[in-house]
Amino acid sequence: MDRPRAPLTARPPAEISTRAVAWLAAGPVAMLAVFVAAPLVAVFSQGLAGGLAAVLVDPVTWRVLGYTAAQAAASTVLALLAGLPAAYVVSRLAFPGRQVLVVALVVPFVLPTVVVGLAFRALLPGLAGTTAAVLLAHVFFNIGVVVRVVGGLWGHLDPRAGRVAATLGARPWQAFRAVTWPLLRPAVAAAAALVFVFTFTSFGVVLVVGDPAQPTLEVEIYRRAIQLFDLPGAAALGLLQLVAIAAALAVAARLQRRLGTVQPLRPDAMSRPRVRHDRALVALVAAEALLVLAPLAALAVRSLRVGGGWGLEWYRLLWNPQGGTTRDVALADSLRVSVTYAVVATVLALVLGGSAACAIAYARRGGDALDTAVALPLGVSAVTLGLGLLLVSVSGPVDIRGAWIAVPLGQALVATPLVVRTVLPVLRAVDPRLREVAATLGAGPWRAWAAVDGAQLSRAAAVAAGLACAVSLGEFGATAFLARADSPTVPVLLVRLLGRPGEANAGQAAALAMVLVLLTAAVVLATERWRAPGTGAL
Amino acid sequence: MSAVTPRGPGLAPAAGLAVEGVRVVYEGRAVLDDLALRVGPREVVGLLGPSGSGKTTLLEVIAGVFAADAGRVSWDGADLAATPAHRRGFGLVFQDALLFPHLDVGRNIAFGLRMARIPRAEQDTRVAELLALVELPGFERRSVATLSGGEAQRVALARALAPRPRLLLLDEPFSGLDRDLRVRLAADVRALLHRVGTPAILVTHDEEEARAVADRVVRLADLQPGPPQGPPSGPAAHDPV
Repeated sequence: MDRPRAPLTARPPAEISTRAVAWLAAGPVAMLAVFVAAPLVAVFSQGLAGGLAAVLVDPVTWRVLGYTAAQAAASTVLALLAGLPAAYVVSRLAFPGRQVLVVALVVPFVLPTVVVGLAFRALLPGLAGTTAAVLLAHVFFNIGVVVRVVGGLWGHLDPRAGRVAATLGARPWQAFRAVTWPLLRPAVAAAAALVFVFTFTSFGVVLVVGDPAQPTLEVEIYRRAIQLFDLPGAAALGLLQLVAIAAALAVAARLQRRLGTVQPLRPDAMSRPRVRHDRALVALVAAEALLVLAPLAALAVRSLRVGGGWGLEWYRLLWNPQGGTTRDVALADSLRVSVTYAVVATVLALVLGGSAACAIAYARRGGDALDTAVALPLGVSAVTLGLGLLLVSVSGPVDIRGAWIAVPLGQALVATPLVVRTVLPVLRAVDPRLREVAATLGAGPWRAWAAVDGAQLSRAAAVAAGLACAVSLGEFGATAFLARADSPTVPVLLVRLLGRPGEANAGQAAALAMVLVLLTAAVVLATERWRAPGTGAL
Repeated sequence: MSAVTPRGPGLAPAAGLAVEGVRVVYEGRAVLDDLALRVGPREVVGLLGPSGSGKTTLLEVIAGVFAADAGRVSWDGADLAATPAHRRGFGLVFQDALLFPHLDVGRNIAFGLRMARIPRAEQDTRVAELLALVELPGFERRSVATLSGGEAQRVALARALAPRPRLLLLDEPFSGLDRDLRVRLAADVRALLHRVGTPAILVTHDEEEARAVADRVVRLADLQPGPPQGPPSGPAAHDPV
């Protein structure tokens, strides 16, 4: 989440005219209109016109909706229970290995959902096909969200406030309840809202580890649209989905307004764990991190286990066209497809997100409206977006089905809000006086902008690129609707392999999933070092 | 009973605060080393030292919010090692007032009374009394965001005094204020401390200010036998998530 804008930093560079801002905004606005707004309108109109009445009287709809909401609520509570101690430990305590712990807790968020599903199947084969597996996987993904959102604020609360409370007679627990908790509540509410929306719209995980007899809304939309080709029914469910998320976000926004107080922000000293219960907490969170890593370790083991022994056989077979029974291309070909799509999607997302962020930061008016508009795809589920693009293609003027660009385009739409969220805080944090200093040292307006904002922007863009690339590599919701059958991405192929029996298929799926994990982690870790301190991605 | 207890070893029974042999090591360097300090029952001691010399750390050790690596803090001869901060009854005022931003002025001052489970009506009387004492009558319902620096510092002082602490620890309480205000507030605080009779330690880097408030002024370096310590440091490892 952004930190509140300081008054000083609200000043846009004088040389960036309103016209330039309009040009910057034009690209993102046009793309949003054609590829987000139009598909959503299609979901709305076809949902209303077609199946809504039938869907509303169908008891299955309400069972699916109820299950979706219940598992999201349970996932949110569990993620908060696991994430709040972790947020405290990594934001308030200094100890050896803290940075490693942060990475272990935060990186899962960008890992491909399908891969994580497979990893949980490898770790707990007995749990596959149960709600418990879904909840565990959701906690795995969202501890990092809680750590980033709540820890981001917690790290900036002045630790001396708690010390003052102690000298006034507050026990540690009372000091937390009376002082820390009220200040933290808005961030906890924000984190809860995010986790609820993410888990309400979770798709890949539920498809891979969930109970086939208990679909969530996402899975049901996918099933109707792709397997039954019941587009009106899928659109009606998509409409319900949009309404449910809008309601959840409205409740969250109201809650946050009610809870919002002045935050004493102060990047301050961390304390070493000094007392016993803090050490216990560090140990608890380290155990959490190990649990987070356990499914990935199980996946690695699965990919190296060949027959009774160990080996790289499954990895070798990935590159072998004869490795399977009915395939004429190597499984590794999906890696080429995934990487190509991800690179194109990253470039698209950077251009769209970067220009949107500049327009928002420098706009004299309308910046907030644009900010909300570009965040829209975050609130819309990828599945609904994919469905909308499909509907537009079926009935509208632009048919992107089968077009090569459809998949990277869908992925870029999902990644663009993340790019904006990464770049915008950095741009807003630039002290305008630095440009003035540069000007007094003889730099012309554009030189001054390039030297001051440009330098910050390129660092933020590197981080955003890593994030967009990782998200695109693992994207499954929109991709599942748009990918061509003859050139699947890795996640799409993994889901297909899941339906095939035999040790060879399972082994190769694990190997392929591991390659994708390593690729994603490498991209994120390689770009993470450009992140300026204190600028979260969420 | 004399109002001022001279410093020196072997004076028994030690009334008031006694700090002996306190040592704090941070990142391999002793911030405080074998430090000794006594404060008598009604005494106001000014503690001088440059920034980074460990003054704040010493106050936090005395308050019990920071654990020293070695040494003893006692009150009226009783060791406080097993007494946590919230049961020591030592008030603490920092350089920036650190008022709780989600509470109004009155609730800030009443915080310690609330922790002591004092009835609401009694809290209100005491808050009004303290606001009168720090010359901010009628400020109960004011938001802390609307206070000036000097007002905020007075409220912080009132908040620390509300639960009737045995000892008041003041950490550069005036250094965030401009000069005129600093001089006036220092005089006010001196008068106030003498009126309520609470012993206090005032930590500052400004000798003039220390003399304006305290009965006795000591240098932090003179409280420790070893050679002067190296460059400033604090328990800080800034690395936000």
